[in-house]
Amino acid sequence: MKENVAISVKDVGMRFNLNQEHVDNLKEYFIKLLKRNLKYNEFWALKGINFEVKKGERLGVLGLNGSGKSTLLKVVSGVLKPSAGKVQTRGVVAPLLELGAGFSPQYTGRENIYLYGAVLGYKKSFLDEKFDEIADFSGLGEFIEVPIKNYSSGMKSRLGFSIATIVEPDILILDEVLSVGDKKFRTKCEKKIMNMFDKGVTVLFVSHSLEQVQRLCNKAIILDSGRLVAHGAVDKVARIYKNMTD
Amino acid sequence: MDIKKYIKNFLNYKYLLYELVKKNIKLKYRRSYLGILWTLIEPLLTMMVLTLVFGTLFGRDDRTFPVYVLCGRLLFSFFSSSTKAGLKAVSGNAAMIKKVYVPKYIYVIASIISNFVTFLISLIVLVGVGIVLRVHPTIYILEAVFPVIILLVMSLGAGLILATLDVFFRDVEYIWSVATMLISYASAIFYPTDRVIGTGNAWVFDINPVYMCIANFRNAVLYGQPMNIVYCTRSAIVAVCLLAAGAILFYKNQDKFILHI
Ligand SMILES: Nc1ncnc2c1ncn2[C@@H]1O[C@H](COP(=O)(O)OP(=O)(O)OP(=O)(O)O)[C@@H](O)[C@H]1O
Ligand SMILES: [Mg+2]
Repeated sequence: MKENVAISVKDVGMRFNLNQEHVDNLKEYFIKLLKRNLKYNEFWALKGINFEVKKGERLGVLGLNGSGKSTLLKVVSGVLKPSAGKVQTRGVVAPLLELGAGFSPQYTGRENIYLYGAVLGYKKSFLDEKFDEIADFSGLGEFIEVPIKNYSSGMKSRLGFSIATIVEPDILILDEVLSVGDKKFRTKCEKKIMNMFDKGVTVLFVSHSLEQVQRLCNKAIILDSGRLVAHGAVDKVARIYKNMTD
Repeated sequence: MDIKKYIKNFLNYKYLLYELVKKNIKLKYRRSYLGILWTLIEPLLTMMVLTLVFGTLFGRDDRTFPVYVLCGRLLFSFFSSSTKAGLKAVSGNAAMIKKVYVPKYIYVIASIISNFVTFLISLIVLVGVGIVLRVHPTIYILEAVFPVIILLVMSLGAGLILATLDVFFRDVEYIWSVATMLISYASAIFYPTDRVIGTGNAWVFDINPVYMCIANFRNAVLYGQPMNIVYCTRSAIVAVCLLAAGAILFYKNQDKFILHI
């Protein structure tokens, strides 16, 4: 991978098994094995994806529902291992996928900051130091001492955003995160993200708002049923996308 | 070397392991009034009940029978609760696994270690009961670490295997709870072994690695005699084989987990 490349995606394919009846118990498995019809209904959510993102570039990912955007972001962030091809990234990656999921419901906001921070690979000393900043940014106030199961979904997303953006990442992966929270929090998030942009972070950005993508990104790609159909400067790609969707 | 890389990678997740262990222990006792004290009360209560029922049934009126029962019960419940937690370690952390990449074996190790920690705490009860019933420790008490470590390794191996299977086949959970029950009957927890040895069924002890650990633990703690070397080596071999099998099975399948949870 060249020095100035932050993300390189080569020939990536992602295959899912879409079984109508998911075989998840042993009896069925053996019956099917004996009858030799343990067939999988294969489905490629991504196929032959190739692109590179240079350091400091902000790439918008466009596409209809189910076109594979979230899958692509999960592959890049390492949560999913691609069935084919190879993904390389350089530097610290901060994945902001499905904010608010992945917390421990019985744990309080405070406890979740430490647990979730540990999952993201932060150190205890770092979290101690940043705790107030995280709590402040989330704007949860005294709710920070309340179990997460009593939070609204917006509150969970706010906490998730606050924890995940406390580091200064080299690569920021955003999956429709700027559409959560109330207007006030959204503006706050956007400001924080803009701040990171100024510091030269590389961004992979999914949003259904074309206006937002054009405002925040300088490059874009379009996915259509798991294939890459356009790649280039954001305005050019946005025009293509508009034609596709109208 | 690859091994070096794995160890370095593992050390990076030390803090996560600590947080997960803390979470498992904290949540287990959250909202219970007595909290972590239950790790002491529960074995004490079961010991009393088992002693009362089976001590009378088998006409056992020797002074240290409660210690005999307690040794078996503490070790066995560590084995059963840690393997049960290991079984759920991957499927139960699905939400987390789907969001952030973390080596997934960390979840299994965390669930085994959290049960090991509660087991170590519950040993306080054994010390207390031992003192009250005037069990005289000998130097062989130090050998108690062998069966304990062997059982820990065995649980980890079984946990890795069960966690993997549980991702693909949800009924493993039910099969394992039946299996655990059978193993418990064959582990001489609440009955004296001579009852079985006389009946020609003694072979169950010779193939049950959990019993072998319990027996050696009793040798060290209760009887103050050297351990049974055959049991020790045999259970150690089983433990190492289970761990190797578990590690391989888990490693080969871990990338597929996310598609099934
Ligand atoms: N774990 C999974 N198992 C099976 N199929 C999956 C899985 N995850 C995603 N898919 C399939 O992959 C395809 C792409 O999904 P993906 O979530 O990437 O779409 P998306 O572009 O993010 O859509 P949206 O705009 O609705 O967020 C869909 O058809 C979906 O059904
Ligand atoms: Mg999506």
